[in-house]
Amino acid sequence: MTTQQTRRDFLKITGGTAGAALLPFLKAIPAEAATRDVLVAVSGQSINSLDLHRTGTNRASYQVAVNCYDRLVSFGTKTAPGGGLSYDYSVIEPELAESWTISEDGLTMTFKLKSDATFWDGRKVTAADVKWSFDRAVSVGGFPSVQMKAGGLMRPDQFEVVDEETFVIRLDRPSKLTLPDLAVPVPFIINAEVAKANATEDDPWAMEYLHKTPAGSGAYKVATWEPGQQLVYERNDAWVGGPLPAFKRVVLREVPSPATRRALIERGDVQLSFNIPNKDAAELDAVDGVDVYSTPIENCIHCLCPNFSFEPFQDANVRKALAYAIPYEAIFQTAAYGRGAPMWGGETEINDTAWPRKSPYMTDMVKAKELMAASAYADGFEVPLSISLGLADWMEPTALLLQEAFAEIGIRTEIEKIPGANWRTAALVEKRLPLHLENFGGWLNTPDYYFFWAYKNGHLFNSSNYLNPEIEELVDATLHIPMDDPQYEPNIKRMFEIAFEDLPRIPLWQPALNVAMNDASGYEFWFHRQLDIRPLTGASA
Amino acid sequence: MPSTRMKLVLGRVAQTIPVVVGVVVISFLLTRALPGDPAAYFAGPAADEASIAQIREVLGLDKPLLQQFFIYAGELLRGDLGTSISTGQSVGEDLASRLPASLELTLTALTISCAVALPLGILAATRPGSWIDHLCRVIVTAGVSLPTFFTGIVLIYVFYYLLGVAPSPLGRLDFIYIAPEQVTGFYLIDAAIAGEWGTWLGALKQLILPALTLALFTLAPIARMTRAAMLSALSSDFIRTARAAGLTQRKVLFGYALRNALLPVITTLGMVFSFTLGANVLVEKVFAWPGIGSYAVEALVVSDYAAVQGFVLAMALLFVVLNLVIDIAYALIDPRIGLS
Repeated sequence: MTTQQTRRDFLKITGGTAGAALLPFLKAIPAEAATRDVLVAVSGQSINSLDLHRTGTNRASYQVAVNCYDRLVSFGTKTAPGGGLSYDYSVIEPELAESWTISEDGLTMTFKLKSDATFWDGRKVTAADVKWSFDRAVSVGGFPSVQMKAGGLMRPDQFEVVDEETFVIRLDRPSKLTLPDLAVPVPFIINAEVAKANATEDDPWAMEYLHKTPAGSGAYKVATWEPGQQLVYERNDAWVGGPLPAFKRVVLREVPSPATRRALIERGDVQLSFNIPNKDAAELDAVDGVDVYSTPIENCIHCLCPNFSFEPFQDANVRKALAYAIPYEAIFQTAAYGRGAPMWGGETEINDTAWPRKSPYMTDMVKAKELMAASAYADGFEVPLSISLGLADWMEPTALLLQEAFAEIGIRTEIEKIPGANWRTAALVEKRLPLHLENFGGWLNTPDYYFFWAYKNGHLFNSSNYLNPEIEELVDATLHIPMDDPQYEPNIKRMFEIAFEDLPRIPLWQPALNVAMNDASGYEFWFHRQLDIRPLTGASA
Repeated sequence: MPSTRMKLVLGRVAQTIPVVVGVVVISFLLTRALPGDPAAYFAGPAADEASIAQIREVLGLDKPLLQQFFIYAGELLRGDLGTSISTGQSVGEDLASRLPASLELTLTALTISCAVALPLGILAATRPGSWIDHLCRVIVTAGVSLPTFFTGIVLIYVFYYLLGVAPSPLGRLDFIYIAPEQVTGFYLIDAAIAGEWGTWLGALKQLILPALTLALFTLAPIARMTRAAMLSALSSDFIRTARAAGLTQRKVLFGYALRNALLPVITTLGMVFSFTLGANVLVEKVFAWPGIGSYAVEALVVSDYAAVQGFVLAMALLFVVLNLVIDIAYALIDPRIGLS
């Protein structure tokens, strides 16, 4: 789809609703939209590509992969904590695949495709399309290939076309992560014929073409995309991946200013405002007619990370002193406006494998001072406390409260603000920040997956340079075994114990994703933290 | 003689070539000096060392700096500004769609502010100390002291949220309209060319609040300068002579005083125009205006080299043209200044 749309194209696409949609009554249309077929949503994020596999595609663009493409499988739906709906990690549902079988040894997965599934151009979805799409995801490098690898999918020779409707994946080792990894946005299925027709010698995966022109089988097509302004989705009435969505068209407008977005949703000129600040969520909750959903983000924790390469933090007493000195409640109320879930003051004994879980620490200045006195740094020390300017909305108030509290136990901090572009390099790649805030969230919702990224030495989100041989062993032993394996639970519990004892990451709180809706319902939270427009409906809840 | 005049204009243009070359070199070096690592940034949330290296190679950032520069300069000569990694579009396309948006907003704002500031300044100068002079002072002080994002939010709050007379602050055009076919990129002009008056009205309605916000901000320097320049012109000898010769007040004021006072006003106008173009990023954010200011800021934040370089180059060219226009305007207004 080109970014410039002529009037004729628009009329063709909008079809029956065009007459109503073109009436130039500014106020009339948005008000009627809820009862009609159009939903207007606003978001502060910018979509920069319609192809998730492309280098440089940002997070906001992942929603195109979700709404416009299908995967073989999807997750189920459950009621979310804090109201509304959420995806359900424990239930895998068919999307393009009708059924699947996994061999006894867990190494061969056979998928049967739905025989009535077609691409937007009317051509049948075949196993060859699936293979081409999977080959692409593991070959293009960067994020998509890393994500595929998490499920044990690394090479094109693992994917095999048996017949038109049968697709086989061969694994090097069985893993509980493979099937869920097929339901994340990355392994989406592309119309390989259309893509190949637009591929060139230099660009065998049609990156340039699919960047602006999606070619899929998903619930919505892209009617227009004006980068930096809006994306218009148009329903695909032939979709077989799930129940047909309620809205014929969804207009997603980009509005950078949170104040403007708030005015729009309060006045009801838009039906949905995605990812609103915690402050607005807390205040809009009190407004009549506006529904606010604040879903704690699964497998995600805002943490304070003391870096082991900074000498004083090699002292366990110092790290524990930090954990007891943190004013948890004040931070949760000031930085998060009480949105999300507290992560402090939990039981000392670990009886289950729930994650994220409350740490056994709480604010206790007396204990913090005792621990500091018992450490090798009784006189205190100076350390910069680093935050990212890109995440300043929660990091800045948190850092200020931490600075004040740490001063009481003799740790003098200076807040170092790092521009968003440098943050990843400094914190995650070079891992050179002595004391900093961090917020990793894992897509695949098992604790061992979180530990794999955030506690294993050298891994990207282990920004504390933490190394514990037992953790290394435990994560490797647990990552791929099924959750009902007898070793799973004891291993996970042991990881929790070590994590809370060693404290390379001190949990602060579990953040929430806030969405406000006015005269619409059906919002469902997804781990990818992007808007899935497919389940939305017009009627108010 | 027109031909010598043409030659002089061409000479002026030729003088700008070293400036533009300098801008190309400096913008290239400055963006590279930014501390961010775009490869790490664009590798995405779960990238490892290998995939970051892979992306560095794709972006061509693994090559030596000098080689990168020659590749960039070569592409520039072919008219290719490169591809912005953050918006995913070619920088040329981005600028072509965003520069007119900013220009339309800025020019409308300047027209409004001139329409208010010039008469206000003249009246204040002719009646110093009167209520109109005080009014001028109050407006000017308020205009400079209110930050644009604040004025913008207040205007939205009053006219959109409370009164409901302004349209939704959703950028250049409400989603129910289709953007007119691009000719100039100015929606008001393009819609008029296409004869789509509904769209024209829609675009105008969207434009009013952000343009007012910017106009309030730009009003101050123009009104101040007009008042000061008029005051000094009115107290000059030639005005006394003109008055003594019995010329009408009207002739004295507009024929002699204003014409002389306009020179510093034009200079100020040029300066105001150029800083407004870059500085209206806050207004763009508040009104979801897809302009050049927010584009540049976002590109800078993620170390998007091609986009930053393209922006700097486009602004440099714009300034060159602007200076030329102002020089020519001088010559037209003041017969003492020729182009020679």
